[in-house]
Amino acid sequence: MRVVLAEDLYLLRTGLARLLSAYGFDVVASVATGPELRAALAEHEPDVAVVDVRLPPTNTDEGLKAALAARQERPGFPVLVLSQHVEQLYARELLADGVGAVGYLLKDRVFNDDQFIDAVRRVADGGTAMDPQVISRLLTGKPRRGPLAELTPREREVLELMAEGRSNAAIAQRLHLSGSAVTKHTASIFGKLGLPPSDDDNRRVLAVLTYLNG
Amino acid sequence: MATIGQRLLSGLRRQGQHGRTSLELAGLSLVTLLSALITLLGLLGLFFGLVSMTTSVIENSRELTNGYRRGAKAWAGITIEVPYRAQPGRQASEPDWVRKLRSFGGPALAGQRRRAHHLLGDPATWRDLVWMLLNPIAAVLCGLLPLALVMYGYAFLAGPAVWVLVSGHQPYAAPTGFWDAVRWPTSGMGDLVWLAIPAGLALTFGLGAASGPLLRAQFLFAKSLLGPTGSTQLAERVQELTETRAHATDAQAAELRRIERDLHDGAQARLVAVGMTLRTVERLLDTDPAAVRDLVVEARETSAAALQDLRDLVRGVHPPVLVERGLVDAVRAVALDTPADVTVEADLPGAPEPPIEAAVYFALCELLANIAKHADADHATVGLGHTGAVLRAWVTDDGRGGATDQDGGGLHGVRRRLATFDGTLTVASPPGGPTTVTLEVPCVLSSPKTSTSFGPGSRGC
Repeated sequence: MRVVLAEDLYLLRTGLARLLSAYGFDVVASVATGPELRAALAEHEPDVAVVDVRLPPTNTDEGLKAALAARQERPGFPVLVLSQHVEQLYARELLADGVGAVGYLLKDRVFNDDQFIDAVRRVADGGTAMDPQVISRLLTGKPRRGPLAELTPREREVLELMAEGRSNAAIAQRLHLSGSAVTKHTASIFGKLGLPPSDDDNRRVLAVLTYLNG
Repeated sequence: MATIGQRLLSGLRRQGQHGRTSLELAGLSLVTLLSALITLLGLLGLFFGLVSMTTSVIENSRELTNGYRRGAKAWAGITIEVPYRAQPGRQASEPDWVRKLRSFGGPALAGQRRRAHHLLGDPATWRDLVWMLLNPIAAVLCGLLPLALVMYGYAFLAGPAVWVLVSGHQPYAAPTGFWDAVRWPTSGMGDLVWLAIPAGLALTFGLGAASGPLLRAQFLFAKSLLGPTGSTQLAERVQELTETRAHATDAQAAELRRIERDLHDGAQARLVAVGMTLRTVERLLDTDPAAVRDLVVEARETSAAALQDLRDLVRGVHPPVLVERGLVDAVRAVALDTPADVTVEADLPGAPEPPIEAAVYFALCELLANIAKHADADHATVGLGHTGAVLRAWVTDDGRGGATDQDGGGLHGVRRRLATFDGTLTVASPPGGPTTVTLEVPCVLSSPKTSTSFGPGSRGC
């Protein structure tokens, strides 16, 4: 799988490149600035891009802008965005086109390489990987009334993991539940929120995020 | 649409009001003259050691002049600012009884002397006195005299001339002296008596029409003496700047202390823990691999916690989204994190200076946090706009209202921080809501962010 990597800090860039290579990814370009990123994306047409939000030369949201532009040109082009901080605002912008294949994670998630690599693969396969902090802020930002308040604590846990983009199998493993128990919980959540049930992981997560963003 | 008749009538009514005001002001000018004389007497008291008499006389005269200042606004729409210097060593927050206790007995006299010294050293005291002495003259020249001439034109020129022309009979003998000619101006005019009609009408209506400007002139004269002089205004501005600078440096110092404490208790402490754990790992590596695994997990978790600490700290110092996106999107990001449903309506053609941007951002954060904490609101609107070199931001919510900006409250803090930038905060919050808080900061906007220069490390805002 061919990856373009954009990160301005040398240590993190080389560390990430080494990590991705170790897990069998082919890092075709690792760049440090926004213009370089745009050029690399155009030249290599990778399978997935791993991009830092803030890049030189402006040190504003240059990486995010380049990622969004690339997705506008190639709808559904897989992009995993990394940042030192997560904002619902950026999450919304990444999810806005509704085609999935996006990830938005805190840089610290790299510490847990299994989960980080899992997220890269998920995004490259057209799935979604939202940082738990984005999801928890989405949920705490909501009014305490309404259908969300009717979820049981367990259902809420399942909803959070679902919104992060995890599959039923991953949720089951994470919460030490059986696959059928998770299926039961998700059905109950979709019923309470009034969402159409779906077996497709990606469509499901987009439905949940759209609901939470609404 | 008003007919000519109606307009004439309303014009006459207005002139009537002006005439009445002139009379009132003339009466008042007698009071100010009296007050001037009393003040002069009070000043004489100084020579006999009657300090309290002097101070109380001056203070009473200030009541009168302050009344006149307010009147100028009501009568002629002219704002005369109060020019008096602030009393030294007297805090507004100190209750009256504390002040009385403080100055009981011996210190009382010293206090009185200090007070007299302050009052006599204030140029506004002497300017007040000059005005009180000159005000009767102004009242006569700008008020009474024109009023008298209006009457004169009608009653002594036009009126008698018409009478002579209609009856063909001259009731008065030819004038024998100057005052006779003034009193019966038509008596010596012979065949030219008709000339007295246009002359009288011109006097009556001409001066009548001038009554408004003359009244204004009288207040402008008062403003020239009762208003603050250029140097007083400067002194006031210096005072204001001194205060806001003190607040700004205090706030900055407190902020640095907070950052130091947060770093010390947070990230720094956690990194020390990580270092110690890794040292233990080093020692146990060969002997107890099972324990090592747990310790490494612990070290990783602690370093993640340190990162979270740093992230929270950075957010409070200068939020990354403000750097990356500017004020409007930073406010949108906060709005998304607020429990209430918040709409952002922004129309900013460019970015303000970074310090102002940050100040307005944190002010709006505080206001939104207040809404979440106190207002019990379902919906709030944040507005941002820039007109006439003023950045205006407002927050409206449909909560319970009754918000105040008393000392020590959150809104008071916001106001103080904005004052550093000559910014203001106004609160409209009737009980039951809705609450609207408006911030205004004078500033110019730079061109939009996309056109900023590209240089290594430039932040582009």
